[in-house]
Amino acid sequence: MNDIYITRSNAVAARELGGEMMIMSATDSTLFSLNETATLIWQAADGKTSLAEIVENRICQEYHVEPEVAYQDAEDLVQELASLGILLLSDQPVGNAQLEVMQ
Amino acid sequence: MSLMSDLNQKAFRRGVPLSVHLDVTYRCNERCEHCYLEHDGDGEMNTAEIKTLLDQLAAAGVFFLTISGGEPLVRPDCFEIIEHARKLRFNVKFKTNAILIREKQAKRLRELNVEQVQISVYSHRADVHDGISKVPGSLKRTIAAIRLLKSQGLKVTIANVLMKGNIHDAEGVRQLAAEVGAHYTLDPTITPMMNGDTGLLRLRISSDSLRSVFQNTDLVGNVEEFCAPPPPVDEDALEGYPCSAGHTACYVSPRGEVYPCVQFPITCGNVREQEFLDIWQNSPQLLEVRAIRGKDLTTCSSCNHLGTCTRCPGLAYMEGNMRGPSAADCEKSYVRTGIVTAGMRARANSSLRSDLVQIRPYIAA
Repeated sequence: MNDIYITRSNAVAARELGGEMMIMSATDSTLFSLNETATLIWQAADGKTSLAEIVENRICQEYHVEPEVAYQDAEDLVQELASLGILLLSDQPVGNAQLEVMQ
Repeated sequence: MSLMSDLNQKAFRRGVPLSVHLDVTYRCNERCEHCYLEHDGDGEMNTAEIKTLLDQLAAAGVFFLTISGGEPLVRPDCFEIIEHARKLRFNVKFKTNAILIREKQAKRLRELNVEQVQISVYSHRADVHDGISKVPGSLKRTIAAIRLLKSQGLKVTIANVLMKGNIHDAEGVRQLAAEVGAHYTLDPTITPMMNGDTGLLRLRISSDSLRSVFQNTDLVGNVEEFCAPPPPVDEDALEGYPCSAGHTACYVSPRGEVYPCVQFPITCGNVREQEFLDIWQNSPQLLEVRAIRGKDLTTCSSCNHLGTCTRCPGLAYMEGNMRGPSAADCEKSYVRTGIVTAGMRARANSSLRSDLVQIRPYIAA
């Protein structure tokens, strides 16, 4: 399994409201609402922590789910969020200079 | 229910200030004849103060941030402010007359992922637009800027304030917006100045002109629906709140004063003296505004239009009573539907009564 590193896109606005993340795209003004689990992943998407670590340390501990099941769900989710331009995916940690541009 | 109305309801239930309109300056490079502001820069917050305010707004849960003025681009730190706002992940709407926008500024706004730029255009004819803005060549520069912004892929909205001097140009501005790929909004509301001076109201369009606007499909959409008589007033209207001012939205002036709305000049506190959230949660003025329901409105609670009127509590406040009717909105409801409002009846009765007063009260010198 290859590690995936996720970074929050700088092309969106985001704010947490009642445990859920509201996200609006600056490019097409589409509004999204992330549920609690997706919000945890979004908040942890610093470009430096792998998705596997995020799932293990944030999702599994919080929701007591099997790591394999949680990882598969998380991977599907980040792929979807990436297709919507909300998250950026990389196969290696993102450097600080690159993060400055992306975030 | 749409995600946006769901979001608004959630913010309302939690008392979250979802939207804030921040004027970063009252200074301006135009002198629009209908403007409600005095254009001095006295007491303006500096860069550090505005950044601190933005930090506080983000912590309070503000999502939609409108940065406006005056003309915000007259501040040399304008892009520094927008950059800070975007780092805090606000959804930024930027209001400008655009005459200072060249390629460099348009590109920067795109890089900062400003969601929308709103620009005032009063006419498609230079003599009319420039006559209102009082800056020769301003329409040409504004349109050039709109094209630059569009070429960067930015969403641009042309805001067309209608007044006596440009009432015949609404269709021309709408066509101009279509040509440059901008959204078009029109607003026939002219407000008194923030200092209470009502002289600007002379610029308001006549009832006949307003009627022709409301009957124009290109401007209002479905005329039959738009001008339909109001449905019977129900429990929702009586228990409901007049508008988002003070509930999920507020306004912050360049001097740090907090108001329920840009059109509602009741000072609720100053962010130079108090944390924003403290003002938002505890200001007696905001608590008073927040407590008013449809059934509490002195005249409007008995009005057929209660559930559909665009009654602005700020305009009502400027007329003397935040729980009272606003004459401008009474007129809009009447012109739209042909049905007289309770506010109009009350004013007619009151002027009738005053005509009957034969003995004036004695006022000691």
